[in-house]
Amino acid sequence: MSKKLLLSAEDLRIILHRLACQLKETHGDFSKTLLVGLQPRGIRLAERLLHLLQDHYQVNQAQLSQLDITFFRDDFRRSDKILNANSNNMEVGVENKRIVLIDDVLYTGRSIRAALTAIDSYGRPEEIQLLTLIDRRFSRHLPIQPDFCGRQVDAIQNERVVVCWEEEDNEDAVYLVNK
Amino acid sequence: MSELSVKHLLGIKYLNEADIQLIFETATQFKEVINRPIKKVPSLRDITIANLFFENSTRTKLSFELAQKRLSADVINFAASNSSLKKGESLIDTVNNILSMKVDMVVIRHSSPGAASFLAQHVDAAIINAGDGAHEHPTQALLDTFSIKERLGEVAGKKVVIVGDVLHSRVALSNIFALQKLGAEVKVCGPSTLIPKHITSLGVTVEPDIRKALQWCDVANVLRVQFERMSASYFPSNREYTSFYGITAPMLKSLDKEIVIMHPGPINRGVELSSEVVDSNQAIILDQVENGMAIRMAVLYLLASKK
Repeated sequence: MSKKLLLSAEDLRIILHRLACQLKETHGDFSKTLLVGLQPRGIRLAERLLHLLQDHYQVNQAQLSQLDITFFRDDFRRSDKILNANSNNMEVGVENKRIVLIDDVLYTGRSIRAALTAIDSYGRPEEIQLLTLIDRRFSRHLPIQPDFCGRQVDAIQNERVVVCWEEEDNEDAVYLVNK
Repeated sequence: MSELSVKHLLGIKYLNEADIQLIFETATQFKEVINRPIKKVPSLRDITIANLFFENSTRTKLSFELAQKRLSADVINFAASNSSLKKGESLIDTVNNILSMKVDMVVIRHSSPGAASFLAQHVDAAIINAGDGAHEHPTQALLDTFSIKERLGEVAGKKVVIVGDVLHSRVALSNIFALQKLGAEVKVCGPSTLIPKHITSLGVTVEPDIRKALQWCDVANVLRVQFERMSASYFPSNREYTSFYGITAPMLKSLDKEIVIMHPGPINRGVELSSEVVDSNQAIILDQVENGMAIRMAVLYLLASKK
């Protein structure tokens, strides 16, 4: 199994600041905006962006929710993987909100398809955008593209993109791992 | 990532503690789902479930059916009262006929103990026992223990007394298994005619005095007196039963702590529980009903995920 560094801690820091700036440029004071981190791997990215917005860009109205898509996935009973649910925290309503879905890696697009259906069960948002740290090009199964993207990566099918965060993995880094 | 150790839910006896905890974790997520504006998820949309109720039921049947619909499953209902059973068809033939219609799961309630296990051995579908005679009623015990965990934070170390008609109760047996697997201490309390002879072999103790039992416990799970199953006189009169084993508000106030009151329903108001107790904050009877939906969704989801 080989492991190649895609993004260092410094690369990640710059990218997160850029994404925060792009969000601020599009969403202004965030009064109508709701950031929605996708369970389990998008939560950390969403939290980082929220803190950057609050601490460096004087955005005080930004709100963060957590969405779990397990029950909306299209591979239930179709793959050997066991699908265990994570918790939802969608107490802030989505009705008429501008939603930004946040996930670490965009690959086939199926998780995002599930997230779009899942969001529906909480109400009708004004619009939904997608932010991903890594966009794996050329591997999409569905017509889904990010509105905000940290870095595009070309990876073949038996490679995996692994995003590490200081809080749980002791370092900020993104690796390309050969399975 | 974890999954259930069983293919069918025939009884709590066959589950291990990890299974019960997994069902609880999944049910917690489904409880959030059923409180959303749109209370439906598409997980089971290609699954067909037959609800075979050979015995009357209101809340269990409704709860299962709603749980199935919330998961987007296709549902067919069968009630023995208007079926070909009346024409002399055997259980296995009835079920096989239904399964020929490509049914993936069967929820069965039957008056004979072991009916669900019998089906599990003979038909190719996931079987969920919704009550078999006086044997087991696993989803009821799961929702009861889940409700205890929700109210008191933990089941382990809690003291639970099961009050009343233990002899005719499948709820009692399933509850004893579930509570013990989760580390609670269990007593049973009721007239000696309604306590099975060898119940202590299950590791529970018998306390004939209701006041002592209530003083000892954190939770009282009060069973319905099952008049319809009684072929003999187990106590002289309703009034006498109520005066010895009926739980009233003054009785609860006289305790030096606030205990939790549960009841699997349907309640005989004024017999095993006074109306005042049923409607008090100490009773979590309606929480049990809501949790029942979430628990049944979790069981259906987890069994369906085992192809």
